[in-house]
Amino acid sequence: MQLFKNTDFDFLGKKWPFIIASLVLTVAGLTSIAMKGGLRYGIDFKGGAQMTVKFASPPPLDKIRTALGQKVKGEVSVQNFTDVTANNEVVIGTELEEEKQLNINRQAMADVLTATFGQPNSGKLDLNNASQQDLMTRLRDPLARAGVAMSDPQFQSLVSAILNFRNTPPRSGLISDFNQLSSVPGVTPAILNVLKQECYLSPFNIRNVEMVGPRVGAELRNKAVLATLYALAGMLVYIAFRFEWIYGLGAVIACFHDTIITIGLFSLFNKDITMTVIAALLTLVGYSMNDTIVIFDRIRENLKIMRRDSLETIMNKSVNQTLSRTVMTSGLTFLTVIALFIWGGPVLHGFSFALVCGIIVGTYSSVFVASPIVLFWHNYADKRKKRAPGPAPSPARAEAVRKTPTRVAK
Amino acid sequence: MANNLKARSLVIVVVIVACIVGVIGFPKSVADLQRNWQRNIRLGLDLKGGSHLVLQVQVQDAVKANADQAIERLKDDLKKQNITWASIDRNDPQRPEDADSVEITIKGVVATQSSAFRSLINERYSDWVLTAQNSTDYALRMKPSELVALKRDTVEREIQTISNRINQLGLTEPTVQQYGRAGDQFEVLVQLPGVDDPARVKELIGTTAVLEITEVKDGPFASREAGLAQHGGVLPLNTKMVRALPRGGTEGEQWYLVTKTPVITGREMRNARAGQDEFRKWETNFTLSQDGGKRFARFTEANIGNRLAVVLDNNIVSVATIQSRIEDSGRITGLGSEDESVDLSRYLRSGSLPAGVTYLEERSVGPSLGADSIHEGFLAGIAGLLAVVIVMLVYYRRSGVNAVLALILNTVVLLAAISYFKAVLTLPGIAGIILTIGMAVDSNVLIFERIREELRTGKSVVSAVDAGFGKAWWTIVDTHVTTIVSCAFLFLFGEGPVRGFAVTLTIGLAANVFTAVFVSRTIFGYELAGQRGMQELSI
Repeated sequence: MQLFKNTDFDFLGKKWPFIIASLVLTVAGLTSIAMKGGLRYGIDFKGGAQMTVKFASPPPLDKIRTALGQKVKGEVSVQNFTDVTANNEVVIGTELEEEKQLNINRQAMADVLTATFGQPNSGKLDLNNASQQDLMTRLRDPLARAGVAMSDPQFQSLVSAILNFRNTPPRSGLISDFNQLSSVPGVTPAILNVLKQECYLSPFNIRNVEMVGPRVGAELRNKAVLATLYALAGMLVYIAFRFEWIYGLGAVIACFHDTIITIGLFSLFNKDITMTVIAALLTLVGYSMNDTIVIFDRIRENLKIMRRDSLETIMNKSVNQTLSRTVMTSGLTFLTVIALFIWGGPVLHGFSFALVCGIIVGTYSSVFVASPIVLFWHNYADKRKKRAPGPAPSPARAEAVRKTPTRVAK
Repeated sequence: MANNLKARSLVIVVVIVACIVGVIGFPKSVADLQRNWQRNIRLGLDLKGGSHLVLQVQVQDAVKANADQAIERLKDDLKKQNITWASIDRNDPQRPEDADSVEITIKGVVATQSSAFRSLINERYSDWVLTAQNSTDYALRMKPSELVALKRDTVEREIQTISNRINQLGLTEPTVQQYGRAGDQFEVLVQLPGVDDPARVKELIGTTAVLEITEVKDGPFASREAGLAQHGGVLPLNTKMVRALPRGGTEGEQWYLVTKTPVITGREMRNARAGQDEFRKWETNFTLSQDGGKRFARFTEANIGNRLAVVLDNNIVSVATIQSRIEDSGRITGLGSEDESVDLSRYLRSGSLPAGVTYLEERSVGPSLGADSIHEGFLAGIAGLLAVVIVMLVYYRRSGVNAVLALILNTVVLLAAISYFKAVLTLPGIAGIILTIGMAVDSNVLIFERIREELRTGKSVVSAVDAGFGKAWWTIVDTHVTTIVSCAFLFLFGEGPVRGFAVTLTIGLAANVFTAVFVSRTIFGYELAGQRGMQELSI
């Protein structure tokens, strides 16, 4: 099966609508960032405390907000997870003005949740938020009293089996009824009875807690940005070495363009920039660079063969020759990323969103951003040479300089 | 070509076997296989659940303590030499970055005594640099090299102390290690797999261990009750029963009756190190502060022949008999092994946490989130891969099989490399794997499209395959080297997650050059050799 056989589209002739579209997207993203007072950084980069809590039923956001507002210092944000795979999950965030608060806020948040939704006065243990250690301490004596005889390793594996059952999907941390536990191997009716006596089931489960001091946040942000800039510079040098400096510049500008548009889309869609999003941005830079180099490589090859043609013709020809590969690779990568976006879960949501945007933008930027930059520069350089006074080189010679393989391809 | 093919196949088989062994070992049963897999492919905290703490060692505390000690000594020395002064002070910087600015100022040294003062400093305080502020005032700062050594030692001791305490909890595979750049960041990373609420650990790290050296009144007893019975059921005034930490060789519990008021506390313990005596038997040497030394001298002189116990956090770690008067430096001799003396020196040092800590970062992933992430990531990954495989097979037919084999092999090599390098698989690492797979698909597509183009120009199958691989080669080199160059920078300048991404991607790309070019080429070679003069290639 072959979709594109000897195509001959005039890509570079139609560059303007795409360049304008790129500019519009860039400007829209930058405006959105400016209007919203900067990027929305995730907790990794701005510092703060954040807790993800899963509820058994749709969570009462206002109730959580007011309960926390009374106990926790600073601004409290309570947000629903918008991802389809995240059922009834809420992200609670607070600010951390200094490192010392790191210790206080977590406890305060957990206490408020227990007070609001749990049974703090029942004297029982909350099975949905108990650690292995807690549960073992809690059950050891009552089990002995109830006459359930077991050795220490047996006891330990029983407790870890119960918690394992609780943690795996479809429970995902929330047991709604003790009788669900009867399917766990080793849980006898007697043990179940003890569990019912000693524990209760709160309607929430704390999924993760992140606390980042403000100083570390700023440091991480600077490091990530610096690392990316250095990486781009490194790529520029390598491409300049393998091709011509203008090719390196074109490729790097195209990558920059992709990153800025993706970041702009994050701002437009009100999504947080987190550490995993940075990983995704790095992935898309790698991807976009790969795409651009494949086309540049073909241009370099064609420059050697088609000596009499103009650069624009050569570029068009190269893009057409690689079109089939571009569509295949982008399409296939897009398939994987879409799968991640749909089924990957809330943790990978930001990551896959960045890649979904990035692959679309990254694919067309190779054709409509990177190549035109090289073309513009060469047209400009030619014109300047023609206008230059003194023994003006003949047009043919200017052509020759541009296309001499030894200059272009090292 | 046939010989060449055999050699190539041999290389491929060796690599495949090495990789599979690396990932699953030599399993004898399904359970074995599972166990090996879990041991070799280690998951990061974000996938398996656990806590991650970053704390900063307040190294300025240690430098200040060192300065205080110097001040104490200096006052003594000056008195002995009859040099008068008006005041000796130290400044009080509060941040670890300012540790270098700790300074002792000595004011009002009479000009006539300045040469005596200078020679005293030169002789006795070689770790310090003296600068004159005017004719009577001076400033002392630690030598830069000493400062670096002190800060490094402080962080190392802190790490050791924290690991000791965490080890008491009996967690599985906790890590405590230096974080960030050594020498100027003083950060310690603590990772606790399976702990989703690190409150207890933080409490443990936060409390300073209490080290005391107390006088042993009686013991050992087999149990607390036995000890009490010996004294008619009532503890004598100002004493307590303390249990000795179990040690290899001793049977059962050992309890001692010791005095409640310690002779020496951890605050007065300056340093301790393991060593050997003249008979090459292991011992632990320790030094005390001047004050402590004076008190210890008085006490030991009066109690020769009696026993002393080293008590750490209310557990006896060592009992020794006083042989002679000990001033500010002494030794505990007759220890059984090197381990024992190293442990004891560690205990003696750990009493005085050299510096406080502040928490910079705390992340904990509940086990349910980790399980969900794996589950969902796995599902999505399988769905994505399946789609890729189907499209490749439909679009490139027989040659698609080539690509799919190369893809699978690539994943196996990548996993094996993770296992051999003892790397940890995290979410950003998985991002790296996804990009690797994307580029692996791309390399195959590049080659196939090139072969198709060559076929269209009317070349024979053999030369089209040759030309296709040959021409795609430099493109593949360029794309891979560019990405590896960027990975190198990400690894050098990035932190934690960014580094994980760079490492997996680099490994994956290296594996890809092998699978997409070398392996795929070999498979084509077999296909072509099988049918000489093949007219049509299924591509």
